[in-house]
Amino acid sequence: MFDMTISAVRKTIYRYDYRRSADQEARDVVRRPVVVVGAGPVGLAAAIDLGQRGVPVVLIDDADRIGEGSRGICWSKRTLEICDRLGVGEQLVAQGVTWKLGKVFHGDDLVFAFDLLPEEGHKMPAFINLQQFYLEKALVERVDELDAIELRWKNRLIGLEQHNDHVRLTIDTPDGAYKLDADWLIAADGARSNTRDMLGLKFSGVTFEDKFLIADIRMAADFPTERRFWFDPPFHAGQSALMHRQPDNIWRIDLQLGPDADITEEQKPERVTARLKRMLGHRPFELEWISIYRFNCRRLDRFMHGRVVFVGDAAHQVSPFGARGANSGIQDAENLAWKLAAVIKGEAGPSLLATYEAERIQAADENIAHSTRSTDFIAPHSAAERALRNAVLALAPKAEFARRMINSGRLSVATVYDTVLSTPDESAFAGSAQLGAPLPDCPVRNLDGSSGYLLENLGDGFILLTFKNGASSSVETQVVPEGVSHVSIGADLTDPDGVLNQRFDATPGAAYLLRPDQHLCARWRSLDRGKIAAARDRALGR
Amino acid sequence: MPKLVTASQFANPDAAYVALVEARRGLDEPAAAALDTRLALILANHIGDIDVLKEAIALAKES
Repeated sequence: MFDMTISAVRKTIYRYDYRRSADQEARDVVRRPVVVVGAGPVGLAAAIDLGQRGVPVVLIDDADRIGEGSRGICWSKRTLEICDRLGVGEQLVAQGVTWKLGKVFHGDDLVFAFDLLPEEGHKMPAFINLQQFYLEKALVERVDELDAIELRWKNRLIGLEQHNDHVRLTIDTPDGAYKLDADWLIAADGARSNTRDMLGLKFSGVTFEDKFLIADIRMAADFPTERRFWFDPPFHAGQSALMHRQPDNIWRIDLQLGPDADITEEQKPERVTARLKRMLGHRPFELEWISIYRFNCRRLDRFMHGRVVFVGDAAHQVSPFGARGANSGIQDAENLAWKLAAVIKGEAGPSLLATYEAERIQAADENIAHSTRSTDFIAPHSAAERALRNAVLALAPKAEFARRMINSGRLSVATVYDTVLSTPDESAFAGSAQLGAPLPDCPVRNLDGSSGYLLENLGDGFILLTFKNGASSSVETQVVPEGVSHVSIGADLTDPDGVLNQRFDATPGAAYLLRPDQHLCARWRSLDRGKIAAARDRALGR
Repeated sequence: MPKLVTASQFANPDAAYVALVEARRGLDEPAAAALDTRLALILANHIGDIDVLKEAIALAKES
């Protein structure tokens, strides 16, 4: 996403103080293992994940506040699972608006409805809507709890020199510039990444000509908590509209304006108000934020450039239909954090980081493909393409195949990595657990009899999950490789409803090796110490 | 008994839509309409069942 213009009305922002750091006084340039540029959701998540793994992080941001812009609002199940591991998931869900239903209208008629999480037994919902500044605030508070992370506001990266085994940064502050060396630099500085510009890197991809108005409004309304999308609605003829509920009686409204819209005219509050009145009728509302956007679907050719690693919007951009921007960025952060921590601690060689690039380029390409298809459907490039789109909409009420082609955004799901880190299956497994995918969550019972969920019991490291075969779990314990924690289903946790067994297609004695990002990387029908150790080595890129 | 299948048959309906949209990318409306006509003839012959064809025509006309 790229905002062309913005009009601020919102007053809810959080300000943080600039503090002079000891690094600015140091006679010799200080060297740090990791510097993260950009304290948005992605940079904060990367810093916290590294910090939880004991890696010291300096996180810098050129601003001293959060809360500006009409930004991400839809947080996906996988993102919430990551946030739960980072310590803020439950708080976000409590604060957000939970939803899983989507409805698509053509004109006045409902033509398609979808349920993003039809099954029970997951701790996290399909989606919550929550203003990005609330998520950022929660992450900033979590950063404050971790001694390993130093967050420096009003620290702007203005210079970058690449060396063989580090980068030398020049950082500007209200007290003037200072230098800082970093073994690794994580560039999480967003769509207009300064880091990317300093390295002279360019995107490949497409920019869509259509302009879109995005408005956040405050309104008391009892519309259902679901995603509602219209093609050619009576209140906005010939264009599309999207509506999402947020907390605090805030609603996100996204109106397609076409390629020829006049940006200056379209952002005038009286004009926006007139458009919204056609949509909302007599209900009173206040404008909270207005932006006019054009969308890009594009990415960097490489995400790793020497000691600089790009994550989130700095590396790739998509249209908002599908909520694949910030969600994929947080998933980048999670993928990178455990690998970088393993490299810094000497548990893995730098080649492990090449799999960050491979796996997250796979994800970016998937997101870009979905986002491009959705945007092609929502904003056809020509009259001939519009005719095809309209034919699908016209057939939809009578033909299921046409309903399945309606594309108002395919919502973000985690990528199933096709990766060298996975050990190919030796035997067949059914169930929803997939090699290369994050584990399906399941209800479990803890030793003390309390109810919980599988994922919240897994922590930050490698896990061998075994299913008890007979009375003793000592056999299971003997096969656990060094550096891997063991969770026994039957001894540490139980599976009261059999859901875990079913989702993992588990048989007694089966074992599952999980990466620190909760992705399944190997599984067996029986325990073999040598095979498990080899799979662990493989997952570390050894 | 209707013989026309209207349930979705593509494993990936989005990929089918993309193939159709990419086929007409850069064409004006008459050129796209001519493409569609040829496509209708090709697919009608592939189906090779006059009852199905007539049902498909009826569905297209009433939509």
